[in-house]
Amino acid sequence: EDHFTNGCEGADNSEIRFKLCQDLWHKIRADTEVLQDELNRKILDSLLDFTRKCSSTRQHSDWASQMRASEIPTAALVLGVNVPDHDMTFQSLSELLQQSVTPHVASVQAKECGALKHLMKRVLERLMDTVVTVDDEEEEETEQTSTQLHKSVHCSLSTLCDWYNAKTMKSKTGTPGKKRSSPVRDDPQQPPVVIIFKDLEAFNPKVLQDFILICSRYVERLPLMFIFGIATSPSTIQHMLPHSVSSLLCIELFQSLSCTQHLATVIDKLILTPQFPFKLNGKVMQVLMSIFLYHDFSVRNFIKGVQLALLEHFHSQPLSVLCCKKKEALLNVMQLSHHDLESIRHLLSFRRYVEKQEPQEQLNLFRDDTHLKEVCQKLIKDLRKYHKNYYPVLRCLHTLTSSLPRYPLGKQVRELHLICLEKNVWENEDYQTAMKLLKMLAKDELIASLQRCVEILQPVKSKKMKKALVELEELLAKFKQLDINSSWANITLAPRSHLSPPESQTLNEVCYYSSSATVRRHLNATPRTSIQAALSSPYYYLQNESLKTEDGTVSNAAPDICIAYKLHLECGRLINLYDWLEAYATVVSAAEGNNPDSDNVRKVEEVKHARFIQAVSELEFLGFIKSTKQKTDHVARLTWGGC
Amino acid sequence: MVVVVLGAPGTILRSVWYEEERLLRVAQQMPCREVQAGMLLSLMGQPQQYSYPSIFIYGHRASGKSHVMHVLLKELELPHATVSCVECVSVALLFEQVLLSFFGCDAASLLPRSPSLSDFVRIYRQQCSQSPAKQTRYIVMEKAELLRDTDANLLPALLRLQELVEDNVTIILLSEIVWDKFRPNTGCFEPLLLHFPDYSKGELQQILSQDRHPSYTAEFYSSYINILLGVFYSVCRDLRELRHLAALNFSKFCEPLAEGKVKETDTHKLWRNIEPHLKKAMQTVYLREVSSLQWEQMQQMEEKESGALRGLSAHTHVELPYYSKFLLIAAYLASYNPARTDKRFFLKHHGKIKKTNFLKKNEKTSNHLLGPKPFPLDRLLAIFYSVVDNRVAPTASIFSQISSLVTLQLLTQVSHDDQLDAPKYKCAVSMDFICAISRTVNFDIVKYLYDFL
Repeated sequence: EDHFTNGCEGADNSEIRFKLCQDLWHKIRADTEVLQDELNRKILDSLLDFTRKCSSTRQHSDWASQMRASEIPTAALVLGVNVPDHDMTFQSLSELLQQSVTPHVASVQAKECGALKHLMKRVLERLMDTVVTVDDEEEEETEQTSTQLHKSVHCSLSTLCDWYNAKTMKSKTGTPGKKRSSPVRDDPQQPPVVIIFKDLEAFNPKVLQDFILICSRYVERLPLMFIFGIATSPSTIQHMLPHSVSSLLCIELFQSLSCTQHLATVIDKLILTPQFPFKLNGKVMQVLMSIFLYHDFSVRNFIKGVQLALLEHFHSQPLSVLCCKKKEALLNVMQLSHHDLESIRHLLSFRRYVEKQEPQEQLNLFRDDTHLKEVCQKLIKDLRKYHKNYYPVLRCLHTLTSSLPRYPLGKQVRELHLICLEKNVWENEDYQTAMKLLKMLAKDELIASLQRCVEILQPVKSKKMKKALVELEELLAKFKQLDINSSWANITLAPRSHLSPPESQTLNEVCYYSSSATVRRHLNATPRTSIQAALSSPYYYLQNESLKTEDGTVSNAAPDICIAYKLHLECGRLINLYDWLEAYATVVSAAEGNNPDSDNVRKVEEVKHARFIQAVSELEFLGFIKSTKQKTDHVARLTWGGC
Repeated sequence: MVVVVLGAPGTILRSVWYEEERLLRVAQQMPCREVQAGMLLSLMGQPQQYSYPSIFIYGHRASGKSHVMHVLLKELELPHATVSCVECVSVALLFEQVLLSFFGCDAASLLPRSPSLSDFVRIYRQQCSQSPAKQTRYIVMEKAELLRDTDANLLPALLRLQELVEDNVTIILLSEIVWDKFRPNTGCFEPLLLHFPDYSKGELQQILSQDRHPSYTAEFYSSYINILLGVFYSVCRDLRELRHLAALNFSKFCEPLAEGKVKETDTHKLWRNIEPHLKKAMQTVYLREVSSLQWEQMQQMEEKESGALRGLSAHTHVELPYYSKFLLIAAYLASYNPARTDKRFFLKHHGKIKKTNFLKKNEKTSNHLLGPKPFPLDRLLAIFYSVVDNRVAPTASIFSQISSLVTLQLLTQVSHDDQLDAPKYKCAVSMDFICAISRTVNFDIVKYLYDFL
């Protein structure tokens, strides 16, 4: 909170803004979490079913299962290429497993298991530790085993086996009161031991093979189960494991939702809804989308981006106090200070609004604070109405156009949304072609999509939409009577009134965050550019007045490395070290501003020499130069440009 | 046929020191391995006699090595320790298991942290002086080929453990690899070699027929095995796998019987029924394209529905972010094009250079046959910037995509992890894969490949 208030624009209402921001963020986060849980539910449920089934078939001792080579049941879970996002899925998976199937779940990551020894150790540790956290009564006993384990240093699966037997025996003979902790468990005697490999691709194949071989030796005594987290495609299993090993596994495939679909749902529920007052403008949206599509496919990062935008918005825009629920916003309007009202008057959209008013009204707006407040209330209500109408109409337009050949207005709602955010959609060329195509559509198809539009508009509670709905229904009726031509104007006109870009709305600055450059700078780190910026204009980072210079020059007082960097920019591909040193010494002694007598020069030279060498080696470390064998006392530049 | 062999155990398992009855039981448990077992028995000699210090048994997977040893030692109640070398991630574990099964856990706990071989020998001697061996002790080491990767002194020491500990102990090494591949170049004690040949078709038939379904007659099951072997023998001789397959497909085989269409003796009809099914099994479940569980479910489903189930290798499609695709394409180009030709492909005004100008003598062969070549990061990025159509800022996320491609095993890092300066990579994806990727981004990769010029 302190950080938020510090350096915040318009500090007087920063506390309210901070609170609003927090509330909104919590709500967004909670909603997305619920959403993601729902999305994952299907696959997690089938996984849970799989584990249950595996543990129950194990008990059947019919002829066929006795005969079969003992296979380890394995679930291959395909999760898409963004590995960091998987953590959450695995987290909830192991929680669910612990709740409903088995207390024995261990998940391992590739980077902690370089060798078989480590993998084994991790698995044992996790399995025996989870027990401690799950069951308090067992704590003493497990502590004992862990100390034993510690004493005997090496751990093997047979230790685990003994531990498991002891554990299941105990729960068998244990009092019934103990079992109440896990009443859902199908059979408390033989809960499976689940080992989750979070990132299969990154595991050393040799380690994995050996581990599976070992496990298969114990599978009769220990009901083991694997879950492989796969990022690329299931055929990696076959690439990693030879037939002799994969024949020990009984693999079943589980495919999760693709990340683009995932994002589409998140956008649908988070962005394309009037529920949250905070909005992103077209450019910011574009930046976030391109990061997702071009760089990482990570829904989590997308939401982080939204969070950043949210924070920035509340931080930098004093009027963001009005970016909240309707009632609160109206209240906050009344409490606006004179200073805030002044800033409203400076808003671009507000000035546009003022220009349209009568001269008398204009004067009133500029002079009278209370009048302005009333107008603001009205404007905010208008903005809310606009949002309420915007999204349903957007969806309608999308249902109409998304089935057209070659998708003139995009396949996804988000693409249409971006188009609408940019400018008046009906001025767009693609929009015209879409409408032409729409006219050529077969009648039954058109009716079907119109029907869907009706369904979308139905739940919306606003007067205009009610009216549009009635019109649409009439239209549908007409269509059914083959009376097509007369009603075209209606369809094409409907979006005009509702899909105008938000920039045209007065007071849009309150809700819309528009600084795409900030978001880009924060999310799309460019290490090279920042290093160069730091070296060429140290003032930018150090904020030291003495470093402030005009463009393109470096102050003499700059750090050594900056001076060396600046000088090296003036050289060609090969740099003579001695010349460089000379130039450096000149600059530095000019900075000290004294022309010392001759015997002092030598001494200073030595210090300068050392400083110069340090600067040069720092530059080498940063990758700007490297030593070369072409000429002995030269170094080679690794970058272009400069002088 | 079975009865004949078992009827005269004395002729093969001839051993005067054990009771007839026990030998009979042993022989029953290991059909078709009587010769090897008899050989082993005579090598072992009388329980109290010193036996040969080390025996090396080799044979393919599932040729009954462990089984024979296990049955012999167990049925004849000889003191033994069985250790699997895969499991022994450290020698300490090996030592502990041996001591544990010979002298109990007290002895095992005497081992210091990270014990050396001499620690083991010391404790062994100390323990066996307290409880000297009345019978020969056996240490069976499964998957002994892994011993080659352990400390150089371990294998030679184990081979003459009898001398070292001055006890009546015999090491039996079981391996799938011949002894010639083991012999250390410093020389060592030569163990006795014993080969377990593969089972012949008749023997497989005999062994598999033994585990018949309790509710069907032996003849019926044996005819089933006959059909099964007819299909699978040409591709698979692994007893374990065959047994697995037999169990999986038996219910299908019995299906017409249960429906009452066919009698048990009508082998031809049964064969007609099961043969296409087994052929299908060979393509799917045998290759583990489809798991055995899914296979069983498929059997219960109708024929046409089961076609929907796709094998593991059918899923090869990978979704990647836009720039990752281009990075991968650039990596592929860098791996399969010689660096000299980059100028020709990526410079705008390269002039007309024909392929023959580039050809060097040793480069007649296709680069695709030679496999991917390593390339430095700089080259990857240079190609990346020239193939990607719009301007891309060199942001951190581009670099992190490279490393995430490495974790996805689509690229492999050739240089050592610690080398931060100019790392080298190789592209690890196939031609088909990269073609599919470049199609999604409208990039004609074939035009840029030197091999297809």
